Amino acid sequence: MAQKRKELLVDPLVDNNPITLQVLGICSALAVTSSLKVAFVMALAVTFVTAFSSLFISILRSQIPSSIRIIVQMVIIASLVILVDQILKAYAFEISKTLSVFVGLIITNCIVMGRAEAFAMSNPPGAAFLDGIGNGLGYGLILMLVGVIRELFGSGSLFGVTILQTVNNGGWYVPNGMLLLPPSAFFAIGLLIWGFRTWKPKQVEEREFKIQTVEGH
Amino acid sequence: MSDTQTPDTPKGPIGRFLAASPDSVGKTIFVAVAICLVASMIVSVAAVSLRPVQEANKLRDKQLNVLQVAGVYEPGMDVAAAFADFEPKVLELASGDFSDQFDAATFDDAAAVDDPELSIALENDPAAIGRQSKFRTIYLLKDESGALDKVILPIRGYGLWSTLYGFIAIEENGNDIFGLQFYQHGETPGLGAEVDNPKWKAVWNGKKLFDESGELQISVAKAQGPAGPEHHIDALAGATLTSVGVDNLVNFWMGDQGYAPFLEKLKAGEL
Repeated sequence: MAQKRKELLVDPLVDNNPITLQVLGICSALAVTSSLKVAFVMALAVTFVTAFSSLFISILRSQIPSSIRIIVQMVIIASLVILVDQILKAYAFEISKTLSVFVGLIITNCIVMGRAEAFAMSNPPGAAFLDGIGNGLGYGLILMLVGVIRELFGSGSLFGVTILQTVNNGGWYVPNGMLLLPPSAFFAIGLLIWGFRTWKPKQVEEREFKIQTVEGH
Repeated sequence: MSDTQTPDTPKGPIGRFLAASPDSVGKTIFVAVAICLVASMIVSVAAVSLRPVQEANKLRDKQLNVLQVAGVYEPGMDVAAAFADFEPKVLELASGDFSDQFDAATFDDAAAVDDPELSIALENDPAAIGRQSKFRTIYLLKDESGALDKVILPIRGYGLWSTLYGFIAIEENGNDIFGLQFYQHGETPGLGAEVDNPKWKAVWNGKKLFDESGELQISVAKAQGPAGPEHHIDALAGATLTSVGVDNLVNFWMGDQGYAPFLEKLKAGEL
């Protein structure tokens, strides 16, 4: 059992990462990774929501009517997200200003729904809770990696602390403005997926179609 | 044990209900209602109990921005105490006089913009703000001797993606800009969001709004206009539309539809 628990937590970090393997939650990964501080808070928020929504949904799983199960899951997830949003507005006002709409959009984050539907609906609460934390951390890990690339080369700092003095502030580093724009996260995530699949060839998906060789001509 | 109940048989009405198939109509409705009730209770408790802290944050954020634009903010200072040096006044824009109709401490600018009694729909609207309140809360900063030092005027207008909200600080002569600062906007990070760049904000210090004949000459542009360097602010590189937006909104608010009547009085020393 202890081995199983560890797997639930560690598996989603690399082997079954929600972003790089399941390719979920890309939308918010593009939006909130231009600075590390924001990415960190977002990762915490998503971990909290995934963990507790999985826990509650798993507790109620035998009582949830299958005809309205998605709506019930959404209500639970949405309430947790509003809770997180209210707490951020009260105790981390500056960051909540930057995150603005993206906290609310955790509701539609495919990772949360995905874990609720795929795991929590058919597993006991303890396992579902750990699975939620694991997937939140897997999401957070990618967010932080992308955030390091984008903040370091886009604004020359990490967690707001200047590492490369930019030209605008009298230094030498000419920041790459593209890295501050959302599309750059696509490149970073794409490179990460490439890296992960080279490191773990098991993650490479099989082709859905075989290219036919046409004889003759 | 005469009772033949096995542990699997549900006991009592609650037990029977829990064991019933979740897909029956009655249970579906019950679960839907129960979940909604519990969830709405949690959400409303959180919203109501955290509201005072959130309101305090918003107020502090606004005060902080007033302090920053007036150049008196130092990291770690007590914002509320420092803000007490600023005297809020409700200004009637059209006449440029302070209004006694409202209490400056409680006047709600955001509500006034939406109140048809207190605001007008703009026809000539270069800052793209739609409606403009006839009254605004402004802040006066006095020096130690009690003489007027700076006035802090709220401004807003559309940039590229979003409405920029900010303050402009004007010296007591009604002409020299001390500083400009936006506290809320959604411009592109690294490009339009460079309106927050301290180096760019510093350029505004010492610029003059009006020329000697009293014409409004301030401009945010790539090239310096005929009015001379003291009226020109270099536009942001790579953020043409945000720069145009800032140019429009500063010209709008400093013009006749904005604070010009008040600045006129300030210049003449009538306040």
